[in-house]
Amino acid sequence: MGMPTGRLAVWWLLVSEIVIFGGLLAAYVMNRVSHPEWGAQAAHTNTWAGAFNTLVLLSSSLSAVLAHKAASEGNGPKAARLLYLTCLGGCVFLVVKAFEWTHEIREGFVLQSGGFWSYYYTAAGLHGFHVIVGMLVMLWVASSAKRNEDLHRVENVGLYWHFVDMVWIFLFPLLYIAK
Amino acid sequence: MSAHAAAHAEEHHHPNYVRIWAILVGLLVVSVVGPMFGIRVLTLTAAFGIAFVKAYLVAKNFMHLGVEKPFVRWVLALALVMMVLLYAGVSPDAGRGSGERWVKDAGWHRLAPAAKAEAATEKK
Repeated sequence: MGMPTGRLAVWWLLVSEIVIFGGLLAAYVMNRVSHPEWGAQAAHTNTWAGAFNTLVLLSSSLSAVLAHKAASEGNGPKAARLLYLTCLGGCVFLVVKAFEWTHEIREGFVLQSGGFWSYYYTAAGLHGFHVIVGMLVMLWVASSAKRNEDLHRVENVGLYWHFVDMVWIFLFPLLYIAK
Repeated sequence: MSAHAAAHAEEHHHPNYVRIWAILVGLLVVSVVGPMFGIRVLTLTAAFGIAFVKAYLVAKNFMHLGVEKPFVRWVLALALVMMVLLYAGVSPDAGRGSGERWVKDAGWHRLAPAAKAEAATEKK
């Protein structure tokens, strides 16, 4: 096929992720369309927090692709530093999400509070889980990249991270903008 | 140049990633500001139209889909088609609240305490 096995495997993984997130988001959209009252519930989400987190993930995607570039130039230590920076972005994202959820739960909006909140916590939670997994894999890849070993993995973990970013690009308007 | 770097140089050229990031941030600002005008069409266009543009930019430039093997693009497209088929097949029923001898009531219409209080205030 003329493609490194690891990268091919990541693409297959992403195809399966499209089906997972795609099914979830499609289910949300079809229910959202038939429940206009969910707009009033969505009005309780914090648009500014969602926008800030979008900025954080877009920026972390930038550092991930710059790590890929550094790796392609054979500069493992620089790639590792950029991967650590990407992980920092993931941490900031999760901290903001934690504050958001804390506030919403204190307001009485929990998983069982209605259809909108069921989807909100499920979709954002599943996405957050992917962020955590991505960060853990990235730390592992960075630990070998800084020794200039297995630099091809930098691109592979970057592909996964960009996908996680892309999922959030669609979650943001669905959960924070459409009110 | 390492073996990885040499092989990679043949596959990709690297665009100006910072410029693409700046465009993405600009689009984010538009998607946040657009809905503030309160015009439904503008809100939907700003929110979802821009989401597709942002996703395209990320896929093309950060994931290098533009120069990836055609096989990958076909498989990804197949997954997206499956998603559309799922939507088209299920939405005619899922989009309805009731049908012949069935009512969709999974407790989704219950409101959270804060929302209840808000609704009560609005009634007054």
